[in-house]
Amino acid sequence: MAKPYYDASDLRKFGKITEWSEELGNKFFDYYGKVFEEGALTAREKSLIALAVAHTEQCPYCIDAYTKDGLERGITKEQMMEAVHVGAAIKSGATLVHGVQMMNKVNKLEM
Amino acid sequence: MATKSLLARNNDLANTARQMEVLSSGIFADGELPTFANKLKESNQFPLQPKKLEILQINLGYMCNQVCAHCHVDAGPDRKEIMTLETMQQCLEVIKNTGAHTLDLTGGAPEMNPNFREFVEAAANAGIKDFIVRSNLTILRANKKYHDLPAFFKKHNIHVVSSMPHWTRGKTDKQRGDGVFNKSIEALHMLNAVGYGKEDSDLKLDLVYNPSGAFLPGDQMALEKDFKKALKRDFNIDFDHLFAITNLPISRFLDYLIASENYEEYMFSLVDAYNPAAVANVMCTNTLSVSWDGYLYDCDFNQMLNLKVASKVKHIADYNEAILQERNIIINQHCYGCTAGAGSSCQGVVA
Repeated sequence: MAKPYYDASDLRKFGKITEWSEELGNKFFDYYGKVFEEGALTAREKSLIALAVAHTEQCPYCIDAYTKDGLERGITKEQMMEAVHVGAAIKSGATLVHGVQMMNKVNKLEM
Repeated sequence: MATKSLLARNNDLANTARQMEVLSSGIFADGELPTFANKLKESNQFPLQPKKLEILQINLGYMCNQVCAHCHVDAGPDRKEIMTLETMQQCLEVIKNTGAHTLDLTGGAPEMNPNFREFVEAAANAGIKDFIVRSNLTILRANKKYHDLPAFFKKHNIHVVSSMPHWTRGKTDKQRGDGVFNKSIEALHMLNAVGYGKEDSDLKLDLVYNPSGAFLPGDQMALEKDFKKALKRDFNIDFDHLFAITNLPISRFLDYLIASENYEEYMFSLVDAYNPAAVANVMCTNTLSVSWDGYLYDCDFNQMLNLKVASKVKHIADYNEAILQERNIIINQHCYGCTAGAGSSCQGVVA
């Protein structure tokens, strides 16, 4: 049987990317850690943004990670689903707003 | 939602030897994860030994009016293990002479022990000033005879510590049973009414948060802020502090982890979050746990795994603090639950 491309247990190995490029890997993880610290936004708000983006990026590792992170922070499933809808709304909006380009083109080409 | 204990259901995991087997095999036997002993050795913290004894935690019985999904005591209405007057008398003898300053009463629902009030009064007369009662809240609403408990707690200036897994009804009832949330809110109103948890009051009311699933508790301060805001806004409830406690992989929670296929992933989370700084303050270093039948344990969790202290003194009747203080604390893989992240104890985070 063919192995799937994604393996949930690979997420735990994420840190190993530093082994093949230590400086860049460490810089990334330092940056990543800093981004999610409490700042002008709370860590909780950042977690919900990450969850929404995880869905629009369709990254299964990120979805696992930020769903668990949300539960740990006491974020409810209703709040998580609303965050996913925010991502979905932007995605669909981004598709539909291109409809204006289509309309412009039609209006330009049609007599 | 289960309404019976593992014991009453004849569940395999009611057998503590079977739990120990689960915790010692699989990922820990094949070396995929280090045993807790090896992890302690890495930071030169093995063997774990007690520091000054500060807290005597006495379990007054496993009977409870609730059957919570995560309960490490496997408590419930069908559990008949209740501390007798004779064992209470032996505890009082120890209380008169111990160096411990705090008496921490737990269960089951400790209030369901028919001699609960007499015991508290006798312990107060024996000189205990710092009392903790671990109350599940709903007991205050369970029966008329418990309605005056807030006044009794107040009379003895008892520090009340109560479980509250979430500020929403859904998450609370899923873990603790249908209707528990509403009754808990009523009980908190009763406690607030006599002065508990109020800013200008000495009557302390703390809440305990346990995750309602296979994940670790988040930051205690952030959760406390969210709990305070929501309980004040939605129900006008005040409390002092929130203790964020990690669920240990034993008893009903272990049963849940295995049945939901979360066991390995959960153990990886605990081991990944191991914090040597938390080891220095784990509760077994300043607490002794006494079971309903008078046996001594390093902690409440070891009690539920039937791991009696590694000392020639094993029972409250033979209590000798100096000899007990020389023991090594019994550890196993469940101990990772107390050393994850900021650590976890009956008093919340430790690091």
